[in-house]
Amino acid sequence: MSYLKRSLLQVIPSLLLLTVIIFALVYVAGDPVSSMLPENATSEDREILAESLGLNEPFYVQYFQYLRSMVTGDFGTSYQYQRPALELVLERLPATLTLSLMAMLIAIIISIPLGILAALKRNTFVDFLVSGISIVGKAMPNFWIGIMLILFLAVQIQIFPVSGADTPAHFVLPAFTLGVALAAEMTRLVRASVLEVIEEEYVQTARSKGQKESIVISKHVFLNSLIPVVTIVGLQFPQLIGGAIVVETVFAWPGIGRLLLTAIETSDMAIIQTIVFVIAIFTIVVNLLTDLVYRVLDPRIKYN
Amino acid sequence: MSKNHTGPLLSVNHLVTEFETRGKNNITVVDDISFHVNEGEIVAIVGESGSGKSITSLSIMGLLKNGGHVTGGAILYQGTDLLKLSKKERRQVRGKEMSMIFQEPMSSLNPMLRIKSQIAEAINIHQPAKSKKQVQEKVIDLLKQVEIPDAERVANRFPHQLSGGMRQRVMIAIALACEPKLLIADEPTTALDVTTQAQILALIKDLNKRRGTGVIFITHDLSVVADIADRVVVMYQGKIVEEADVFQLFDHPQHAYTKKLMRAMPTIEKKAGDSHAN
Amino acid sequence: MVQNKILQSFRTVRSGIIQNSSPLGLIGLITVSVIIILAILAPWIVPHDPFKIDATNRLIPPFWVVDGSMNHILGTDHLGRDILSRLIYGGRVSLLVGFLSVLIAGVIGLFLGLISGYFGGTWIDQFIMRFVDAMLAIPTLLLVLVAIVVFEPGIVTLILVIGLTSWAQYTRLVRGEVLSVKEREFVQSATTLGASKGYIIRKHILPNVLSSFIVVSTIGIATAIMTESSLSFLGLGIQPPDITWGGMLNDGRNYIATSWWIATFPGLAITITVLAITFLGDWLRDILDPKLKKGGDADE
Repeated sequence: MSYLKRSLLQVIPSLLLLTVIIFALVYVAGDPVSSMLPENATSEDREILAESLGLNEPFYVQYFQYLRSMVTGDFGTSYQYQRPALELVLERLPATLTLSLMAMLIAIIISIPLGILAALKRNTFVDFLVSGISIVGKAMPNFWIGIMLILFLAVQIQIFPVSGADTPAHFVLPAFTLGVALAAEMTRLVRASVLEVIEEEYVQTARSKGQKESIVISKHVFLNSLIPVVTIVGLQFPQLIGGAIVVETVFAWPGIGRLLLTAIETSDMAIIQTIVFVIAIFTIVVNLLTDLVYRVLDPRIKYN
Repeated sequence: MSKNHTGPLLSVNHLVTEFETRGKNNITVVDDISFHVNEGEIVAIVGESGSGKSITSLSIMGLLKNGGHVTGGAILYQGTDLLKLSKKERRQVRGKEMSMIFQEPMSSLNPMLRIKSQIAEAINIHQPAKSKKQVQEKVIDLLKQVEIPDAERVANRFPHQLSGGMRQRVMIAIALACEPKLLIADEPTTALDVTTQAQILALIKDLNKRRGTGVIFITHDLSVVADIADRVVVMYQGKIVEEADVFQLFDHPQHAYTKKLMRAMPTIEKKAGDSHAN
Repeated sequence: MVQNKILQSFRTVRSGIIQNSSPLGLIGLITVSVIIILAILAPWIVPHDPFKIDATNRLIPPFWVVDGSMNHILGTDHLGRDILSRLIYGGRVSLLVGFLSVLIAGVIGLFLGLISGYFGGTWIDQFIMRFVDAMLAIPTLLLVLVAIVVFEPGIVTLILVIGLTSWAQYTRLVRGEVLSVKEREFVQSATTLGASKGYIIRKHILPNVLSSFIVVSTIGIATAIMTESSLSFLGLGIQPPDITWGGMLNDGRNYIATSWWIATFPGLAITITVLAITFLGDWLRDILDPKLKKGGDADE
C-alpha cells in the first residue's frame, strides 16, 4: 500500500501547520495562570506557577514542548473537569459520530433517488420541484430546521421526543436536521452527475444492444454517476461536523459539540484544542477513506 | 420481419428527421432521403460533419436523443416498417437484427465493467435462455472472431487496459453477439491510427463476406470508401446528392459536391485504381 | 487596462442581464436590493423602537392569529419588543458581517491564490497549499468558535474572525484559475516578451480570474451570513442588546411550545436572504462565467 503511505506523508505538513495554528491561538488567548489560581493569588504565586508551567520560555520552545506532549498522547488536563482532555473528548465522540453518520445515511437515502428522478425527468415539473426543494433545503439554517421540526413533530403532534439521546426515536429529529443540507447538496450533485453520464457514448452502446431503459440506467448510468458524488460527500464531512455542533445544542445531544460550547464558555483551552485536533484528524481520515472508496469503485485507478 | 422476404434488407424511404429547439422552429437534419441496403452488401454513406449521415444511422437504430425525432417517411427492415413498431418491439430489433459501432472506441465502452460482462450483456438481452457457461463460451468465441489474441485474458480486462484498436474490436464483437443481418458502423476507424484502421476495415470486410452481414459504413473519408464499399451514398446538408456504384462514383462523379470531395483527396485516384485491380 | 477590463465585464453583465433574463435571478436581485434598502433605512422605517421593552405587550401573536393586532404585525417577543422592527434591524448586522467578512476573506484568498498559482509547483505554492489544506481540514464554524475564545465577541470580532478563517476556499479557486489562465496564449506571449511578474499578474491574470471569483464570493456572503447566524444563535456571536436574526431565534427557542412566531420569523428571514443571494450568485455565474455552469445544463 505505497499509495496510502504517500497520502499519509502528504498529510503530515498539514497536521503540523494545524498544531501551529492551534498553539498560536492558545498562546494568544492563554492566561492559564489566572484560571488555575484562586483570585486572591499573589503575583509571586503567579510567577512560580508560570515558571513551573514553562510559560516564561520563548514561543518556539513552548511549541515544541506542546508538540512533544501531544505525540505522547498528552493533550493536557481540563481544569474544569480535572481530567485528561483527550479522555473527555473520546467519551463524547461516539455520540457525535453516530449523529453525523445517521445524517449522512439519511442524506444518501433522500438524495440519490431524488437526484436520479430529477435528472431523468429533466426540465419537467418534477425536476423543478426537486431542484427547488434542494435549493431551499440548503438555504435554511439547520438550527432553524431543528426548531421547526420540534415545533411541528414534537410539540404539536408529539411523535418524536424533543431532546436527549436515550432511544432510537431520539435520533430521528437531530439526524434529519443535520442531514437536510447535505441531502440538498447531494441531490444537486447526483442530478448533475447523472445528466452528464447519460450523455456518455457507452450509454448509447447499451441502448444499441437493445437493453431496456431501466437497466441502462441501473447498470450503466448509476454506478458511473456515483463516483464524483462519493468524492464530494467526503469533502463535505467538515461541514457536517460543524453543523453537528449547532444541532447538538438544539436537541441537547450529548456529543462533543456541547462539550465544546461549555469549554468555550469557561475558556477550557485543553478541551478546545483537543476537539479541534480530533476533528481535524477525523477529517483527514475521512478524506483518505473517500480516496480509497473512489479507488475501489473506479477500475481505471485501481488497475493502473 | 417475414422470413420469406425478397426485397432489400433495409430500405429507407423519404426519411425526415428533425430536432426540436426551444421556442424556435424545428431544425431538419435529415431531409427526405431514400436509399437501400441489400443483404450482404456494404453501402457507404459519405459526407462532411453536419451532413446528417450520423443522424441517419441513429434514426435507423432508433437511438435519437436530445429532442431528435423521425417526422416522416418509412424505414423498412425486411419489409417491416420499424417506425410502426412499439418501443418494446423496436428494442428487440436493436442488437439482434441490426447493431451499431461508434466512432470513439475510447468512450463507447463502460469504464466500470469488464469486457466479458459487456459482451455477455448483449447476448443475454436477446438470448436469455443461454446458460452462464454457454454465454461465457460465446464471449470467448466472439473475441476470437474479431481476431483478438489471448481472448480469455482480454475478456477479464477493463476497457482502459486495452488499446483503441482492441476496444473497437470488442465493440464489433458486441455488435456481432446476436448475429445481426445489418451492421451500422459510424466512422469506426476515424479515431484510430492508420495501421489499426486498415486492420479494422479488413475485419469488417471479412465478416461481411463470411457471414453475409449487410453493412452501412458511415465516413467522411473517400479512401476508406474506395477500400470497402460496394455502393456509395453521398449526403450534403441533410439530402442525398448522389448515389452510385463505387467504381462509377470514382470514375464519373456526377454532383459538384462529390467532385469537390474528391479534389480534396489528392491520392484518391490512385487508391481507387488499386481497388479496381482487386 | 484593468479599468477597461472591469468596464468590459460591466458591459458583459449588462448585456448578460438582458440576454439571460432569468426570473429567479431577477427575484434574487430585487429581494437583495429590498433587504439592503430596509437595512440602510431601518431607523426611519421601523414601526416601533426595536429595543423598547414593553411588559404589558408581551408575547403578542402576529395579526392574523386570534389576539393578534395590526399594531404589531408580526407580534412581539417575550419582552414585548416588536418582531418586525427587530427583523429589520437584524438584517443590518447580517448584511454587514456577510459583506465585510467576505471582503476580508476574498482579499486574502485572492492575494495568496494569485501567488500560489503564479508560482505553481514551487515551494511557495507548496507552502500556501499545505496551509490551505490545514485550514480546510477544520470546519469553518469550529475555527471561528475557537477564535471567539481569544477575542471578545462582538461585531468587529465576528467580521475579522469569519474573514480570517474562510479565505482558504478562495485561495484554492483562484490558484486553479490562475494555473489554467497561465497556460493560455496571451500570457505565454507576454512572458516571452519579457513582461515582469507583477505586471503579468495585474494586467493579464487578475482580470481573467475575477469573474469566477466574484461568483464564488457572492455565494460566500450567504455562507458568512449563515455562520454569523449560527454563532449568534449559540450565544457566541454578536451580543445583546445588538439585534441579530440568530440571537432572536435563540430567544424564541424557549418559547417554541407557546409562542411559535418568535423563532419562526427570524429563521424565515435568514432563509429568504440566503436564497436570494444564491439566486443572484447563480445568475451571475450564468452571465459571467459560462464554464462554471452547473454540469449538464449546457447541452445540445
